[in-house]
Amino acid sequence: MIAATVPLQRSPRAKVMVVDPSGQIRDLPRTALIDLIQPGELVVANDAATIPASLSGVHLPSHLPIEVRLAGVPSLDPDNREFSAVVFGEGDFHSRTEDRPQPPSLAAGDRLQMGPLSAKILHLLDHPRLVLLEFDHSRDELWAGLAHHGRPIQYSHVPVPLALWDVWTPIAGPPVAFEPPSAGFALSWQLVTEMRVRGAQFKTITHAAGLSSTGDPELDKRLPFDEPYRVPQATAEAINQAKSSGKRIIAVGTTVVRALEHAVHEGTIAAGENLATERIGVRTQLQVVDALLSGTHEPGTSHYQLLRAFLTDAELERLTTELNMREYHTHEFGDSVLVRRTFNKLAQDIPSRCQHVANLVCSSASGYRLRHRSI
Amino acid sequence: MKTETWGIRTGSEVSSHDRLIGPLRVAITGGTSGLGLALVREFSARGARVAFLARHAEPVAKVERENKNTHGIVADVSDKDAIYPAALQIVGELGGLEILINNASDLGAVPLALLADTNCEDLEKAMATNVLGPFRLTKALLGALAASAREGRAALVVNISSDAAVTPYPKWGAYGASKAALRHLTEIWNQELSVEGVRFLSFDPGDMDTPMHTLAVPDADRTTLKTAEAAALELITAIETALTGPHSSKQNREEQRV
Repeated sequence: MIAATVPLQRSPRAKVMVVDPSGQIRDLPRTALIDLIQPGELVVANDAATIPASLSGVHLPSHLPIEVRLAGVPSLDPDNREFSAVVFGEGDFHSRTEDRPQPPSLAAGDRLQMGPLSAKILHLLDHPRLVLLEFDHSRDELWAGLAHHGRPIQYSHVPVPLALWDVWTPIAGPPVAFEPPSAGFALSWQLVTEMRVRGAQFKTITHAAGLSSTGDPELDKRLPFDEPYRVPQATAEAINQAKSSGKRIIAVGTTVVRALEHAVHEGTIAAGENLATERIGVRTQLQVVDALLSGTHEPGTSHYQLLRAFLTDAELERLTTELNMREYHTHEFGDSVLVRRTFNKLAQDIPSRCQHVANLVCSSASGYRLRHRSI
Repeated sequence: MKTETWGIRTGSEVSSHDRLIGPLRVAITGGTSGLGLALVREFSARGARVAFLARHAEPVAKVERENKNTHGIVADVSDKDAIYPAALQIVGELGGLEILINNASDLGAVPLALLADTNCEDLEKAMATNVLGPFRLTKALLGALAASAREGRAALVVNISSDAAVTPYPKWGAYGASKAALRHLTEIWNQELSVEGVRFLSFDPGDMDTPMHTLAVPDADRTTLKTAEAAALELITAIETALTGPHSSKQNREEQRV
């Protein structure tokens, strides 16, 4: 795939590759997305706005320059002043993260000055570059400092400095993400309002998307970090209703999959805040999400691993081959895939056995998917 | 002096009872003088949480100190690069948003001038402050507002208008044209986003005794002018009507019933 290097969220040339439930693959202009959403379906997106979470500064004990990338928070509590962060040495996004110099040796108690913001390292998080930071400021001072000194986290494939408007999706609301939930770049208000008019539903969750890459193989293995999310009451109700009436749930972005599959218990989504700790991958039995609209992802990334919950490895390989062959663009400003779940481990085994059994038995035994299948 | 008395009176009378206004999170531009300041005080007195924008740090800090539950943000709405950072602060500090009031305005040429005597730069300044600023800030905050609507809360943008937006008064060309554009945008926003439950309202406060009016009409008889405080109360009544009245959007009503 080709790196998308221009920060354009909705390029008129953007494409979407669609994998049908049968495994059939189609290559479409992304403007055709509206025709792929059926009446009754429920589209769920992540409405997090992106914090300008790259802070250039100085490691005060050594006086050496650093770049701090805020990476996560323990909760969505707005009064939170503690952040996990990855610290880089001198330089900025123009260098590949893999090539960045190491930061000075970091220790608990070290103080960092980042423009108007100052913070203390509370402790290291099992890695010399991953730290828990506590800022010295009131909530308002912290927001003002981030607004004036922070830059959006970005990578070397986009050579121009990103502005905040480049990384906020059209639906961006609560600023809790550290990198943009970029699948949402494909959304326009035209698409959102039109899907409503056509009888589909549109709801949101808020998920504090963290870093997608650190350039450090050991740290990258730990991605994604734990991410807090919130499911609004209206969203939980809409999902539960859609599921019980056999309507499909389309997640916009991998963060939505991670949140919803974490929030489901015994077939029901509960409203409220929680911390997504699990990774979605080949071993995940999806209970909520039927389809995923996402960016295109290179093999080896955690996003690519997540697709293995939707597709067999053979289908995923075929999708990757097609994306390469048809010159799809990758990374946050690239093209999209819309993947309908082609298999389900439970669904493969049990529905045939359940078809003539009372619906209740199936749904209580294995949740949504079976209830849907066995109706 | 007059406004301080007013603030205390209103606060003690209604602060604990305002069920409609009290839970709201409100953003107000131009919050350190005139109508904007009166709005900051009134919303604060009624228990709402308020983020307000203004250009100069000192008055921002003063207004923040004097009004509880307010967050002052130093920003110029006519500056393109200031809008998203300001929106970040607004939603970050309030945790969400129900009401945006685009109040900050620029007169264009001062003293008021015939269009033929108006510098392009003055027209540009009026357009930047009165049209582009509200447009950009609305776009940046639309996600937060639409989230409120989806969750069954209020979602309303109020754009401060003027009779000069409707009637072409000589010497009010730059201001009038910019306010006419804003009024038109308001109506189109409202039509396009009613399906999302986000509503848009133009509000004409009338001729008020404010610093801007003094700039425009220095020799006006101030006793004939409305106080900013009275206009703020009228605006809040208009907001209450919009949030409860028969025109509140279908989707909003449906979601509130859930």
